[in-house]
Amino acid sequence: MFEFIYDILQFFLHILITDFKYENFLLTLLSGIIIAFAVINAVLGGVLALIWGERRLLGRFQQRSGPNRWGPQGILTSTADAVKVMFKEDIIPEEADKYIFNLAPLLLVVPVFIIFSVIPFGIGLYAVNINVSVLFILAVTSISGLSIICAAWASANRIAIFSALRSVAMLISYEIPVGLSLVGILLITESMSVMDIVNFHNMPFILIQPVAAVVFFLGSLAEINRTPFDLTEAESELAAGYQNDYSGMKWGLFYLGEFAAAIAAASVFSTLFLGGPNGPILPGIFWLTIKVVAVLFLIIWIRATWPRFRIDQVLNLAWKGLFELTLVNIVVTSIAVIIWPDGESNRMIYIALANWIFVFPFLFIIFRLLKTKNYDDNDIKKVTYPVGSDKPKFEKAGN
Amino acid sequence: MKNWNGITLAKEINSHLEKSVLDSNDNDVYVDPEKIYQVMKFLKETSGFSFDLLSSITAVDYYDHFEVVYHLKSLITLSKATIKAKVGYGRQDEPKIQSVYSLWKGADFQEREIYDLMGIKFEDHPNMKRILLWDGFPGHPLRKDFVTNDQSIVEDSKK
Amino acid sequence: MSVKSEPITINLGPQHPSTHGVFRMRVTFDGETIIDVEPIFGYLHRGSEKLAEERTYTQVVTLTDRMDYVSSMLNNQGYILALEELANIDPKPRGVWLRMIASELQRIASHLVAIGFLIQDLGAWGTPLTYSMREREKILQMFEMLCGARITNSYLRPGGVFMDAPLQFWESLNAFIEDFPSKVEELENLLTSNEIIFSRTKGVAVLTAEQAINASITGPILRSTGVDWDLRKTDPYDYYDQVEFDIPTHTAGDNYSRYLLRVQEMRESLRIVKQCVEKIEPGPVRPHHDEVPNLVRPPKGDCYTAIEGSKGELGFYLVSDGSISPYRWHVRSSSLINLTLLKDMLVGTLFGDLFVTFGSIDINMGEVDR
Repeated sequence: MFEFIYDILQFFLHILITDFKYENFLLTLLSGIIIAFAVINAVLGGVLALIWGERRLLGRFQQRSGPNRWGPQGILTSTADAVKVMFKEDIIPEEADKYIFNLAPLLLVVPVFIIFSVIPFGIGLYAVNINVSVLFILAVTSISGLSIICAAWASANRIAIFSALRSVAMLISYEIPVGLSLVGILLITESMSVMDIVNFHNMPFILIQPVAAVVFFLGSLAEINRTPFDLTEAESELAAGYQNDYSGMKWGLFYLGEFAAAIAAASVFSTLFLGGPNGPILPGIFWLTIKVVAVLFLIIWIRATWPRFRIDQVLNLAWKGLFELTLVNIVVTSIAVIIWPDGESNRMIYIALANWIFVFPFLFIIFRLLKTKNYDDNDIKKVTYPVGSDKPKFEKAGN
Repeated sequence: MKNWNGITLAKEINSHLEKSVLDSNDNDVYVDPEKIYQVMKFLKETSGFSFDLLSSITAVDYYDHFEVVYHLKSLITLSKATIKAKVGYGRQDEPKIQSVYSLWKGADFQEREIYDLMGIKFEDHPNMKRILLWDGFPGHPLRKDFVTNDQSIVEDSKK
Repeated sequence: MSVKSEPITINLGPQHPSTHGVFRMRVTFDGETIIDVEPIFGYLHRGSEKLAEERTYTQVVTLTDRMDYVSSMLNNQGYILALEELANIDPKPRGVWLRMIASELQRIASHLVAIGFLIQDLGAWGTPLTYSMREREKILQMFEMLCGARITNSYLRPGGVFMDAPLQFWESLNAFIEDFPSKVEELENLLTSNEIIFSRTKGVAVLTAEQAINASITGPILRSTGVDWDLRKTDPYDYYDQVEFDIPTHTAGDNYSRYLLRVQEMRESLRIVKQCVEKIEPGPVRPHHDEVPNLVRPPKGDCYTAIEGSKGELGFYLVSDGSISPYRWHVRSSSLINLTLLKDMLVGTLFGDLFVTFGSIDINMGEVDR
């Protein structure tokens, strides 16, 4: 895509000036800007659609219609929200640290957009092809944890610091299972580039590495602060937590960044585990859109149904549950890769079967171990207080 | 649930604790406020009475004295009784009475409310502060001599 | 090597999304563990007890609705029973059956609010809340048919109720009785089969029976510690001794059992309503004004009557001096006294449990502050 735009721009430049000293620099810069512009606008359009979609869908789950005032079926609701947010007064608390206070929303939004530069929108349609793009994605997503701490500390607000510390503990704990769950894929494809993973085989990786897909999905839910892990801004407890003191467009950026992160997580999951833009008949971009929308539907469905965890349960799940599952997955996958090396026929089916037979039961074992025990006989005693066991003195004999 | 007859209950209390009951009729027992703690302790712990649930404490302003009213219930014997104590004769000084917080923890908020609204102080209560009104409120509203149609009293106290 | 840490005090102020009204708490944390709780209330104090001294006995009924605004019929019932005992009024049978139906329906509505808001506080973004609000909507529409108001009803009068129920009331009541048991099943399934709700509420904020009785705590909280004490059975008022119902109890005493109890109590309330509908007979619903004048003048004396409200023992103490307004009126509010053990329940738990425990006590600020 880069070369394509570069050629077009070169054609137009040669109409005006033939021999320009900084031609390469200028054309690279311009084509980069155009691609970035296109990608960011596409993502922002997706965010607007997601905001509308999520609110309508939540409404349907709760047996009410979602927003349906602005535009046909309420499509322009997010635009109305954005306009409203832009007109609000920008308040900075007096004791706040101004530079970090202003920097925090940017730290949340910018890394999310950077992720989209390595995701293929169609077959051969990508912004950049790095040969360590998986590592790049993992590294960039961890910057958004920094923004929560910056926002909370700069607000000089105790409740904000509370929610930020919870969030950071959760984010750090979940990066390890997320990273380790991708090791299985890397062992099979022997390459860290997203392009190679997408083009590797026609069977999507969710069938070959089911447990890794589950762990990655849950870990991404935790990374994007979504239910059931949304205890940073547990609205019923802390009333927006670290975003408490933000108003106007800065808060709008936080809101936008959260939804963009949801789209990013869904896109990364579809690319790595569901096969990205591969699919019959329709062009690649439609397949990617369908997969991303399906994953987003699943995320919203979970949000509408499940309550949230407490912080100690979240950390227990990460360190005692998901971490073990990823280790088991790595062991079994590496043994399978050695037994059926590259070049054998039907290699994928054997590896998939090995995963389903040996790793999948561990999912049930670990979740059974982490379950809360039911009431035992000590909790359900029969009589705890002798109501009515005696008679008042005026009724007793001899009185 | 059976109701304790006041006269019977007064006889029982007087036979164990000398001269604690001042008066009694069919419904209630009037206890000497100096000895209220011993009477309550006796009623809570002796079997045959065992009033383990303090249903409510309240206070009434009868122009020349206050009355603190205790309603007791017993889960073990399925009975109930009413005890009253008259305090603050003449309204010259702060009416005082011993708190029963150490016997029943449920007396906590109710005694604070009586102090807040009626002005009766409960001794030995761990946290004798106003509970429903703010700390600088002048006067005790539920008393009969508290003027209610003078809004300026409330406005002045907030300054 | 030990890390030095300081306790931090947070003010969860009167304006908060999940304090069920204007309630303020000063909580001290050590990390995420709670070490001290100080409740501060009085933000909704309207001086109802002083206001009653300037109103007639029937006008005080309107003051009682506004105390616990989620269960107004029950407040009315308690006050009217105290007045009837003080003034020696005999209630009319049809009025008594009607007010029993209204009270039990109001108990169901109050428990629906408690359960719905629990799950909302636990984080399920409103889906179970809308289910329970949908059921409560049907009950409020039935109240509107009875007396014209949905929430602050003022339906009861000395000796009976205000007016008879129209025909549409009986039709919608029968439809409700048919339909509601399946909804109770739905809510109970949500509580019993959801792992997240179970793990977050089991074993948290345990109370023993002795602690609860010493702190004068009554209602579902006492029944969850294993004591079967319900004023409708031990000290029956109205015609509760002529209907059959059970009292669910649990012995675990934690958040989970308090919530499960409320769901089961709704089932029992529906049973009572069904029996009342079968047993009701035609007749006048209110005594004629020759028997009981509109300006009631009870003889001198005092009286304390307690009913089983939706949150515990709701008691009314009336002192009369022979005139048309009460000399002194005191409300023994169950919510205020149920808050006595808030600190003991919360110390040692985590911040995530704060509002879940607070919601399981199920208080209503109108009743705490009056």
